[in-house]
Amino acid sequence: MTAVAPGLSPSVEALRAAFGSAVLRSAVSCGDSIVWVDRDRAHEVLAWLKNTPGQEFNYLTDITAVDYRDPGQPLEVSYQLRSLGRKVDLRVKVPLDKAKPLTVDSVFDLWRGADWLEREVFDMFGVTFAGHPDLRRILMWDTYAEGHPLRKDFPLRGNFTRAEQTRQALAANPEAHYSMEELSIADAFNELPDDMKRRLLEGQRGELR
Amino acid sequence: MGLTLPSDGEIAEVPAVSPNWLTTRLDFLVNWGRANSLWPMPFGTACCAIEFMATAAGRFDISRFGMERMSFSPRQADVLICAGRLPFKLAPIIRRVWDQMPQPKWAISMGACASTGGIFDTYAMVQGIDTIIPVDVYVPGCPPRPEGLMYGIMLLQKKIKGETMADPSLRQELLVNDQGFFVPPAKIDEISEPFGNSVHQTRSA
Repeated sequence: MTAVAPGLSPSVEALRAAFGSAVLRSAVSCGDSIVWVDRDRAHEVLAWLKNTPGQEFNYLTDITAVDYRDPGQPLEVSYQLRSLGRKVDLRVKVPLDKAKPLTVDSVFDLWRGADWLEREVFDMFGVTFAGHPDLRRILMWDTYAEGHPLRKDFPLRGNFTRAEQTRQALAANPEAHYSMEELSIADAFNELPDDMKRRLLEGQRGELR
Repeated sequence: MGLTLPSDGEIAEVPAVSPNWLTTRLDFLVNWGRANSLWPMPFGTACCAIEFMATAAGRFDISRFGMERMSFSPRQADVLICAGRLPFKLAPIIRRVWDQMPQPKWAISMGACASTGGIFDTYAMVQGIDTIIPVDVYVPGCPPRPEGLMYGIMLLQKKIKGETMADPSLRQELLVNDQGFFVPPAKIDEISEPFGNSVHQTRSA
């Protein structure tokens, strides 16, 4: 075992003791402790970090992902955790091999705040979160067909021509962006025009013409 | 006189009435009224909207132009002011707002992003709202100062004062056609030649 890097969070050593080889490596960057964890046991590790006395990382600050320019390097899903009681942070990274399907277990059951964060990572990077209750695009619209914008293989101006993007935008139905889940105020539904009610009941979310 | 219609039928109508003493006097009165009571439909999406608010507030005071009545319903609006960048997600919405506005109506594209896409030459951004709705006045700037917007408003007033009821094409609705565009991409490229959005592409590529 190599010497522990100065400033490394004691949680990392505790993780190594509890999970062994599932903890791939660790580092300290700008004073922040980062620990890389195997994809298959990521949910287990995160649940342990949340629930174990002495760790208590009860606040999920952010989930994001990093796609490196080197195509051989894995895409990393990054969880920024904070313990509100102990006032410490920890970053957990899960490398995903780009040759395999990009999927990792959802942490929605641990932190409800992961809902929209995971949807954003799904929208921008195309990572699927197994077990997420409502995994659909959050920033781009439902019928967006150009891919996942923050991936390195995505051109800055998008995959379609400007003319095609304009055509699709003009063909979009502004009302069809809302789903029944989003119109959560049940009373408002009865005030809607009949044609809109019908579209919502059919689950229509806009279509490409 | 040897005048013939273009064969491709691009001009749909020829003015049926030529301007005469009666119409020009009436035009003067109507245009005077229209130009001095433009009710704006503010479509503020970004920092330009802050400058637009400054234009509306006390120091610059848009009510000097009879424009202090912001029309937050498109059905009572005369001029749509798109203040800020327009993402493709909002494009069908500004199109719907524009279609809901009754004639006569005009549009001001405020700022670099609304006019050309500005620095946002990206996958998410409309490269000039004139690919979505017809625009009368472009106000440059990033964002334009209130003086700039007021100059644009005065240009629009000048344009309105030059309109005539003898020209019915002014009130023609430019709707989205069956190809899915309201201006064909080839025409957009032709008009913006040689100034595409960058040296590498035309505006439709």
